[in-house]
Amino acid sequence: MTLQLTGSWYLVLAAMIFAIGAVGLMVRRNPLVMFMCVELMLNAVNLTFVTFSRLLDDVGGQAVVFFVLVVAAAEVVVGLAIIVAIMRRRQGANADDVSLMRG
Amino acid sequence: MTGFVAVLAATEDIPTPDVDWSAIAPNLILMLGGILLLTVVSVVRGRLPGWFHAVWTISVATAAIVAVVPLWQRVQDSGPESVLAGALVLDGFSLVVTATICVSVILAALLLEAYLRRERLGGPEWYVLMLLSASGGVTMATANDLVVVFIGLEILSVAVYVLAAMHRRRVSSQEAGLKYFVLGAFSSAFLLYGIALTYGATGSTNLSRIQAFLADTVITQNALLLGGLAFMLVGFGFKVAVVPFHNWKPDVYQGSPTPVTAFMATAVTAAAFAALLRVYVTTFGPTYRTEWQPLVAALTVLTLVVGAFLAISQTNVKRMLAYSSINHAGFVLLGVLAASAAGDAATLFYLVAYTFMAAGSFAVVAVVGRRGDGHHDLSDYQGLSRSRPGLALVFTILLLSQAGVPLTAGFLAKFYVLAAAVESGYTWLAVLAMLTAVVSAFMYLRIVVTMYFAEPEGEPRRPRIPAAAGLAMGLCVVGVLVIGIVPGPLSDVANDAVSQLVAVGR
Amino acid sequence: MSNPLSAFLRDYLTVGIFASLAFVLVGLLLFISWLVRPDRRQAQKYIAYESGVDPVGDMWSQSQVRYYIFALLFVMFDVEAVFIFPWATQLEVFGFFGLIEMTIFIVILLLGLVYAWRKGVLRWV
Repeated sequence: MTLQLTGSWYLVLAAMIFAIGAVGLMVRRNPLVMFMCVELMLNAVNLTFVTFSRLLDDVGGQAVVFFVLVVAAAEVVVGLAIIVAIMRRRQGANADDVSLMRG
Repeated sequence: MTGFVAVLAATEDIPTPDVDWSAIAPNLILMLGGILLLTVVSVVRGRLPGWFHAVWTISVATAAIVAVVPLWQRVQDSGPESVLAGALVLDGFSLVVTATICVSVILAALLLEAYLRRERLGGPEWYVLMLLSASGGVTMATANDLVVVFIGLEILSVAVYVLAAMHRRRVSSQEAGLKYFVLGAFSSAFLLYGIALTYGATGSTNLSRIQAFLADTVITQNALLLGGLAFMLVGFGFKVAVVPFHNWKPDVYQGSPTPVTAFMATAVTAAAFAALLRVYVTTFGPTYRTEWQPLVAALTVLTLVVGAFLAISQTNVKRMLAYSSINHAGFVLLGVLAASAAGDAATLFYLVAYTFMAAGSFAVVAVVGRRGDGHHDLSDYQGLSRSRPGLALVFTILLLSQAGVPLTAGFLAKFYVLAAAVESGYTWLAVLAMLTAVVSAFMYLRIVVTMYFAEPEGEPRRPRIPAAAGLAMGLCVVGVLVIGIVPGPLSDVANDAVSQLVAVGR
Repeated sequence: MSNPLSAFLRDYLTVGIFASLAFVLVGLLLFISWLVRPDRRQAQKYIAYESGVDPVGDMWSQSQVRYYIFALLFVMFDVEAVFIFPWATQLEVFGFFGLIEMTIFIVILLLGLVYAWRKGVLRWV
C-alpha cells in the first residue's frame, strides 16, 4: 500500500506547526523564544496558504505569503527593538521579570 | 539601454489596476503626512518650534476629515464603489470610521503635545507613528479583502506597539509595549490562520467574492469555513479585548503613556470593530449568521459581565477605565451581534460616542497623573473638586456619560445598541447588558464620590492643566453633550452609513 | 542547432561565461582594493576575525547593543527585497506602471534610511 501525499497532509502539518507555535508561546517565558514561536505560527499559515493555493489552482494564496513574510519581519524587528530597549535598562530579559503590573 | 526602453514601451499584458486617487485621499493624506513629517523633521533637525509636530499632525488629520466630506457626498449620490481592483471599498460605513479615527488622532495629538512637554520627551516619532497607525486603521475600515484587513491591522498595531513602549524612562511603559507586542503578534497569527482557512473554503480572500460564493454555493463540508470563522474571531477578539482574550488590556492600558492609551481606546478599537463588523456581519451575515451568532453571544455575555465586575475591584483609575472599556466593548459587540442595519448604525454611533468619552477620560487621567505619569491611584483624586473644580466637573460629565446617564452621548449609544439587540431577538442579552451597566455605574460613581466627598490626606494637589490638554477635554465634553442632547445629525449619519460590499467591477 | 548536444553545450556556455565573468569581477575588485589600500602590518590583524569581537572567552559574553540595531536595519531592508524580486522577473509585463510603483516603494524605503542616517544610527560609536 502506498501513501499518496495529498494536500491535506500539508494542511495537517501546518496545523501541527501552528499548534506547536501557539503552545510554545504560552508555555515559554523567554521573549526571544516567544518571538520564534510567533514566527512558527506565521510560517504555518504560509504553508496553509501555499497548499490551498495549489489545491484551488489560484495564485492569490501565494501572493499573500509575500505580505505575510514582510509583516513577520516588521513585527520581529519591532519586537527585538523593544527587547533591546528593555535590556539596556536591566540585565537579561525574561517575561516573568517584566511584571510590575498585576491584578 | 535599448532593452530598457523596449521594456518601457512594451504593451501591458497584465491589467494594472485603475487607481482612483480621490477615493483613497483620506488614507493617502494620513500616510503622506506621517512620512513627510518624519523626513522634514529629520532633515531640518532642531530648527522647528516645539509645537510644530502637534500642529502638523492635527492639520493632517483635519485635512483627512475634509477629504472625507466630498467622498461622503459621492457615496450618498451614487452609491458605494469598489476601489483599487476590489481591494478597498468606498461606502458610508468606512468613511464614518475614517473620520472617527481622524478625530481620535486630533484628540490624542493634543494630549500628546501636553504630555511630551511635561515629561520632557520629544521628537516627531510619536506623531509619525500615530499618523501611520491611523492610516492602518483607515485601511482596515475600508478593506474589501481579508488580506488588506490583515495588512491594515498590522500597520495599525506595529506602530502602536512602539508607541506603547515609547516612554524611555518608565519601565512599565516598556513592559506594556512588550506585552502588547507578544499578545498582538499572537492574535495576528490567529487571525491570519483564520483567513487562510477561509481562503481554502471559499477560494478567495476578497470579501465581495466570498459573499457571492456563499450566496451561490451550499458547502456540504463546512468545517474548514467554520474553523476559519472561529480563528478569525479569536484574532479580532484579542484586538478588541473581548473576554476571554482580554488579559493584556489592563496592563497595557496602565503601562502605556496615557495619550497613547487614549489613542488605543479610541482609534484602535474603532478600526478593529469596523473590520470585525465588515467581515462577520456584512460578508458572512447573510449566509452564516446562525453559525457565528451563538459564539459571539457567548463572548458578549462574558465581556459584559467580566468587564463590569473586575472594574469595581480596582483601585487604580487607569486600570478601572481599562476594565470599563472591556465592558464598553461588550456593548459594541451587542451591536455587531444584532447583525442588522440597525445594529450597524448602533455600533457606529457607539464607536463615535465612545471616542469622545474615552479620549476625554484619559485626558483627565493624563493631567492628574502629573509628571512621571504615575499618580493614577484613586487616592490621587481625593479633593479634586476643591483643588481643580473644573477638572472634576469635566471628569464627572465624562464618567456619567460612560455610565449611560441621559442627556449624554453614552445613554443614547447604549440605547441604540440595546434596541438593535432586542429587535434581533436578543432581549435576554439586552437585559443582562443593562444589569452590567448598573454594576459599572457603581464604579464610575465611586470615582465621582472620591473627587467630591473624600477628604484628601494632606494638602490636595493642584495638577497643572496645559492648554492643549484643556482644549482636548473641552472638545470631548462638548462632543459628549452635543451628541447627547442633539443626537439627530449623528444618528442620521450612522443610519446612512450602511456597510456594503461591492462586487469587483472594472 | 540541429545537434541536441551542441544546444546543451551552448546552454552551459552561458553558464560558463557568467561564471568566468564573476571570477574576473571579484578578482578585479580585490586587485583594485589591493592597489588602493594602505598596507600596515600589525599583530592584531593576524588573529582570527570574528566581526570585531574577541574570539576567545565565555560563550555568553555580552555583545554591543549597536550590533542589534544594525541587524534590525538589515532585516528591514533585506526583507523588502521580497517585493522587488517578483517585480524584476515581470519587469516587461508591468511596464511603466510597475516602474512608477516600485520607485515610490523604494523612495519610501530610502526616506526610512535617511531618517536612520540623520538619527546617527549609521555611525559606529
